Amino acid sequence: MDDLYRAIADPTRRAILDELVERDGQSLFELCGRLTMKHGIGSSRQAISQHLEVLESAGLVIVRREGRYKFHWFNGEPLRAITKRWPTNGLRS
Amino acid sequence: MRINLSSVPVDDQAKALRFYTEMLGFQKKHDIPMGEHRWLTVVSPEDPDGVELALEPDEHPAVKPFKSALVEDGIPFTSFAVRDIAAEHKRLESLGVRFTQPPVDYGTVIAAVLDDTCGNLIMIAQETPKS
Repeated sequence: MDDLYRAIADPTRRAILDELVERDGQSLFELCGRLTMKHGIGSSRQAISQHLEVLESAGLVIVRREGRYKFHWFNGEPLRAITKRWPTNGLRS
Repeated sequence: MRINLSSVPVDDQAKALRFYTEMLGFQKKHDIPMGEHRWLTVVSPEDPDGVELALEPDEHPAVKPFKSALVEDGIPFTSFAVRDIAAEHKRLESLGVRFTQPPVDYGTVIAAVLDDTCGNLIMIAQETPKS
């Protein structure tokens, strides 16, 4: 659980998730380009790669190899744990 | 001094010539036998006297790991300019060309990345007028 909160605590990592929700299955190159041009995030490819590792270990990003390419996919499943713990449907009945 | 030549390292010159002419639409400019390989260049039909692109054998042992590392991360080796990227993307996809990145709007440029089938990713980019 701590991994999950740590993963979404960082604004760059949240921007990565935003971009993957907009278009799933991106290469590292595409992600870095989007972060630079759309979010003004000038982090190195190396730094983005490390952010992706944190997201991957929290289960929020899944890395899949397709032949010689490597693509990154969003996985929202771990977020369920948050609303399970703190329900979003108002007061508990 | 001026730039008259660029190059891409290809795993097979004959296959590369087919891809760069039949798919991308360039024209063969030089084809000179050089022992096992050829001095092989293509140019754009839009600029036949312009910059030549050499399709160079990638046989040096350092080249393949370098190319693989770039491809894994989706990084293009070089970039070509197109006027209408949406049309080019559609045309090339219909020819079976694999894109690792569809056209993405970066504000001043719209860029897509394709696989040249010879071990490289290539960017095609359309500049967009500044608004």
